[in-house]
Amino acid sequence: MPENATIAVAMSGGVDSSAVAAMLRAEGRDVIGLTMQLWNQRRLAGHAGMPESVQGRCCSIDDVYDARRVAETLGIPYYVVNHEERFERDVVRPFVEEYLAGRTPIPCSLCNNHLKFDQLLIVARQIGADQIATGHYAQVLFDDRINRWLLKRPADKAKDQTYFLFGLTQEQLSRTLFPLGGMTKPEVRELARKHNLVIAEKPDSQEICFVPGGDYKRFLEAYLTEQGNTPADVSGEMVTTDGKVIGEHAGVHNFTVGQRKGLGVATGSPLYVIQIKNDTRQVVVGKDDELYSRTLRAHRVNLISTAEIGEPMRVAVKIRHKHQPAPAMIEADGDHKILVTFDEPQRALTPGQAAVFYDGDIVVGGGWIEGVPA
Amino acid sequence: MTRRVYLDNNATTQVLPEVLEAMRPYFGEHFGNASSIHHHGQETRSAVERARGSVARLLGCHASEIVFTSGGTEGDNLAIFGLTNPGDHIITSTIEHSAVLNACKHLAANGCEVTCVPVDGRGLVDPADVKRAIRPNTKVISIMFANNETGVVQSVAEIGNIAAESDIYFHTDAVQAAAKVPIDVARIGCDLLTISGHKIHGPQGVGVLFVRKGTQLEPMLFGGSHERSRRAGTENVPGIVGLGKAAELAMAGFEAGDEGKLAAVRDQLEMELLKIEATTLNGDDAPRVPNTTNICFDAIDGEALVIALDLKGLAVSTGSACSSGAIEPSHVLTAMGMSRDQAKASIRFSLGKLNTVEDVDFALQLIPQTVRRLREMSPLWTNSAVSG
Repeated sequence: MPENATIAVAMSGGVDSSAVAAMLRAEGRDVIGLTMQLWNQRRLAGHAGMPESVQGRCCSIDDVYDARRVAETLGIPYYVVNHEERFERDVVRPFVEEYLAGRTPIPCSLCNNHLKFDQLLIVARQIGADQIATGHYAQVLFDDRINRWLLKRPADKAKDQTYFLFGLTQEQLSRTLFPLGGMTKPEVRELARKHNLVIAEKPDSQEICFVPGGDYKRFLEAYLTEQGNTPADVSGEMVTTDGKVIGEHAGVHNFTVGQRKGLGVATGSPLYVIQIKNDTRQVVVGKDDELYSRTLRAHRVNLISTAEIGEPMRVAVKIRHKHQPAPAMIEADGDHKILVTFDEPQRALTPGQAAVFYDGDIVVGGGWIEGVPA
Repeated sequence: MTRRVYLDNNATTQVLPEVLEAMRPYFGEHFGNASSIHHHGQETRSAVERARGSVARLLGCHASEIVFTSGGTEGDNLAIFGLTNPGDHIITSTIEHSAVLNACKHLAANGCEVTCVPVDGRGLVDPADVKRAIRPNTKVISIMFANNETGVVQSVAEIGNIAAESDIYFHTDAVQAAAKVPIDVARIGCDLLTISGHKIHGPQGVGVLFVRKGTQLEPMLFGGSHERSRRAGTENVPGIVGLGKAAELAMAGFEAGDEGKLAAVRDQLEMELLKIEATTLNGDDAPRVPNTTNICFDAIDGEALVIALDLKGLAVSTGSACSSGAIEPSHVLTAMGMSRDQAKASIRFSLGKLNTVEDVDFALQLIPQTVRRLREMSPLWTNSAVSG
């Protein structure tokens, strides 16, 4: 990419993306600020137990206002682009369907794959920007020995967001900048202060942007009601690992693998959700030690540092955002599928989450956890 | 400096220098409250009344029938809320401005009945549909004069007749018609008509609601007895003076045949744009105001085109301006039967008195190449090119 290429910065109104815009601007780059309008926070207000006044984190009028003020301060052109339809189709609906199928989805990865590094990149290129920059904590670099773009963990390991970025293609990586990859969060805030950005002290966002207060169950109910669907009946039996029925549950979407609270059954020893059976809608519960497995199958795999997995490969695998990557072997297992065998059994392998493979700090690739092979 | 050309005059227009000059003293030495007894008040009162006369001449009504408001939205709201009570029925159309549609939506949620008559593929309301929609409790018909997105002009006189026959109030939002086509409230037969200052090269924040003598209209703002007790609040004197001046200039423009000249420039732009492959004119075959053209560029993301053109110095728009700056597919174009993709691929070009032939040339240098570049990156375009 030429040094003088125009860069579109995905601006959310938060500290990180604002700092990115400020950094690139300070480097003298041609910068255009873009905010993706993805979800109307007021849409479900008052529906089925949702608060009348919804204070969502993302895409709210306040966030757009903040992003616009930052762009003004920096003196860069700034636009809001509406991708609500695509967001609903590619992120919100799959999110709802995954829960109803007894899985635990990660909408942020879907958003990265389908919106931020797809639709936004298209808009960016159409308006004359060759690259996009985001406030993700990750690094991208080109390895000319293997002629591939690599995704690497950032300097600030506590903020590492590579887990959510495993779906990026070579084409997407080649057009992406992660300027915060070498910085720590305190440094980013300091930079925002130095540039007099109004959002320098704004708190970090943690929750799923379209689910206010993090209450996904209430969101599912409100969304399904709004869609005119009586929420699908996903109730079923609560069974133990040896097949004994010990109760009923109101819906598989209320559970996630490893969950202990809210099972609605009382026994002597603590019980955990071991498995959610999509076909029979049974929630299988058992003791903590039954949560551990050594293998998992990932599907819809995207590989980054290599074009294919020929020989079984030694990696570390992360199975949820806050998981410490665990040593494992990965081997190809059919079309875009990978079989992961851990050295040590891992707790709560959760279908719907991602399994991301690391070689040191380099992301080899990743896929979606399909299940635990019997 | 980037050269900037503004072709978004249906969003707002530049205040003309004469208008600015007329307003200037009322921000300074002529500061009186128009309701005051003393010299200062008398000075501004007479300015307000002169402006009222100018606007009355533009609309062909009596000065006492002019109510100054804060703009188009207030005028539309005052007309609709001021006439209706719970239990009343309102007839409007699917392509109205949100100032009318959302006012009706609010009433529908609060005990009124609302019928939205459709439009055909040209964007025209069939007056027969309006007639059929009339019920015993129909209180008001509100159908816009000219549409903000397409410029399509409705058969307002015919609708006015229908309303008069049934003794129903007829309100028309003429915000996008004023100063573009001659307006005569007697000929239209409307009881209420809304115009806005900033759409006719006057200032923002001021508008007019024409209210025919004898109309029973409840105010929305309560306070002093300003505007014959129809709109309380100290008059926005500089704004009103500016609107009056803009109305005078519009009248002078009609006498000079300006709308014909504007139409010629618009037609030139339109003709050249329609030479681009796979483009269609929205509202083709319908009467239109002389300044507006709305064109669908197949397989284009209109939002990206607007941004790309803005970055090159050309201001146009898709849909209507919205507070967050984000864009929904136009309810007007979808009501005309266009798909969401087609609506999103449509761009509005709206000219004003200050636009020149050179402005159009500038636009025509930019648009074809930008459309081509966007299409090269559009999956919709490559797919249709392959399959077609």
